[in-house]
Amino acid sequence: MIDKRVASLAEAVAGIKDDSVILVGGFGSSGRPADLMEALLDLGVKGLTIIANNATVGDDIVSELMSAGRIRKVMCSFPRGLKGRTIFDELYNSGKIELELVPQGTLAERIRAGAAGIGGFFTRTAAGTRLAEGKETRVIDGQTYVLETPIKGDVALIKGLRGDRWGNLIYHRGARINNPVMAGAAKLVIAQVREIVPLGALDPEHIVTPGVFVDRLVEVRNERQT
Amino acid sequence: MSAKLSRQDIARVAANDIPDGACVNLGIGLPTLIADYVPAGRELMLQSEQGLLGLGPAPAPGEEDYDVINAGKFPVTLLPGASVFSHSESFLMIRGGHIHIACLGAFQVASNGDMANWTVDAPNQIPGVGGAMDLAAGAEQVWVLMEHCTKEGEPRILDRCTYPLTAPNCVDRIYTDLAVIDVTETALVVRRMAEGWTLQALQDVTGAALTLAQDWSVYRVPAARGE
Repeated sequence: MIDKRVASLAEAVAGIKDDSVILVGGFGSSGRPADLMEALLDLGVKGLTIIANNATVGDDIVSELMSAGRIRKVMCSFPRGLKGRTIFDELYNSGKIELELVPQGTLAERIRAGAAGIGGFFTRTAAGTRLAEGKETRVIDGQTYVLETPIKGDVALIKGLRGDRWGNLIYHRGARINNPVMAGAAKLVIAQVREIVPLGALDPEHIVTPGVFVDRLVEVRNERQT
Repeated sequence: MSAKLSRQDIARVAANDIPDGACVNLGIGLPTLIADYVPAGRELMLQSEQGLLGLGPAPAPGEEDYDVINAGKFPVTLLPGASVFSHSESFLMIRGGHIHIACLGAFQVASNGDMANWTVDAPNQIPGVGGAMDLAAGAEQVWVLMEHCTKEGEPRILDRCTYPLTAPNCVDRIYTDLAVIDVTETALVVRRMAEGWTLQALQDVTGAALTLAQDWSVYRVPAARGE
C-alpha cells in the first residue's frame, strides 16, 4: 500500500538536519508552505540554505527563521521586501546572511533541470550582465547564451490545495508557481495541502504533480497566510 | 507651462498603444498600472510570471484572492479565458519569445537600448532581479515605462548606463512623463512630446542625443470612449 500521509507537521519535517539545502515553493506568500516552515523553526535546525523565488517579503515565517538565526544563505531572484526594509536587509548589510541572486526564469529552469536529470542548459537570460560573469558562454545562431547548472536540494517544502495518499497534488491559481517544479528536485519532498482527499477523487487529467515526486503529505486546514 | 504626465497617465497611454490580441507581461511598479487601463473592447492576454495568463484589473474590495496577484504582489483578477501554469512553463513562455511585449520599469536606458533596472550598486541597497533579465532577453519587444529624470533631476536616458545592465540592446520604446521615444538602430526618435515641450527643452533633460520624428505628435492621454 502506498500512503504518504503523515499525521502532523512535526512528523512531516522530522529528520531534517542542520546545514540542509531546502527548496521552498511560493511567490511571496502565495503558494509558500508557511506551516511547514514554522515546523522547521520548531524543529530547531540551523545553517540552512533556502532556495526560493523570494526571501522574506516582510512580516512572515521566513523573517521569523531569519530572526532566529537559522538561515545561512538565500538563493532567490528577489530578496527585497514589499514595503521597505526587512530583517533580510539588516542581516545582509551586516554580512550575517549570504545572497546568491539568480534571475527568476533561470532559477525555475535550474530547479527543473535538477528534477529532470539534465546537466545544465544554455539561456540568453543574463548574457552580457554581471550575473553571467565567470560563466561559460556559447554563441548559438548568432546569439550569446550562458551555461546554467542544475539545482538540487536536500529537502523541498511545497504547498498544494488538495492531495491524495499517493502524493498526487493540485494547486490554487498562482500558488502553483514553482511548487510542481521543486517536487522532484530534492531527496525529500514534503507537501502541505489544505485537504487530503480519497484516492481517485482527483481527476487524473487534472493532477498537476504526479505522486511519484512527493514523499510526505500533511493536511493543514487552517494554514498560516504568510 | 510644460506638461508632465502622471504615472497613471503614462500607463493609460501605454495601455492604449498595445495592439488588440497582444500577450503582454507587466513588470513591478508603473507597468502593472496598465492592467487597470486596457481600453474597452480590446482583448489583451496579460501574463504574470508566477504562472498566470489572462489577468484583469484589480478586484472589488472584499473580492481579493491572494493567489491571483501581479508582479508587485497586488491582487488582480482572472478574466474568462485565463489559464494557470507552473513557473517553468511561464518562463518557457517568456524566454521562448511567446510574450509580444514586456512592459518594464527601469533606472536607466541607453541610446543603444541597454537597460539597467535591478541594482543601483550602492552600499546598503538590496539588489533584486526578479524576472527582468528573462523578460528583457526573451520578449519580442521591450517597452520601458519610467520617469524621464531621477528625483534629483538627473537624466535616466543616457549614452551609456552607469548602473549594471539587465540586458544589453533590448529596449524598443520608452514612455516617460515627458515623451514617447523609440530606440532604433541609429537613433533615439521622439514620437510624442508632452504639451509645451520643445526638442531642445527635452534634450536638456536627456543624457543622449534625441531626434524628433517628422510626424511627432502631442503626448496626451487618449480620450476614453463614451466620455
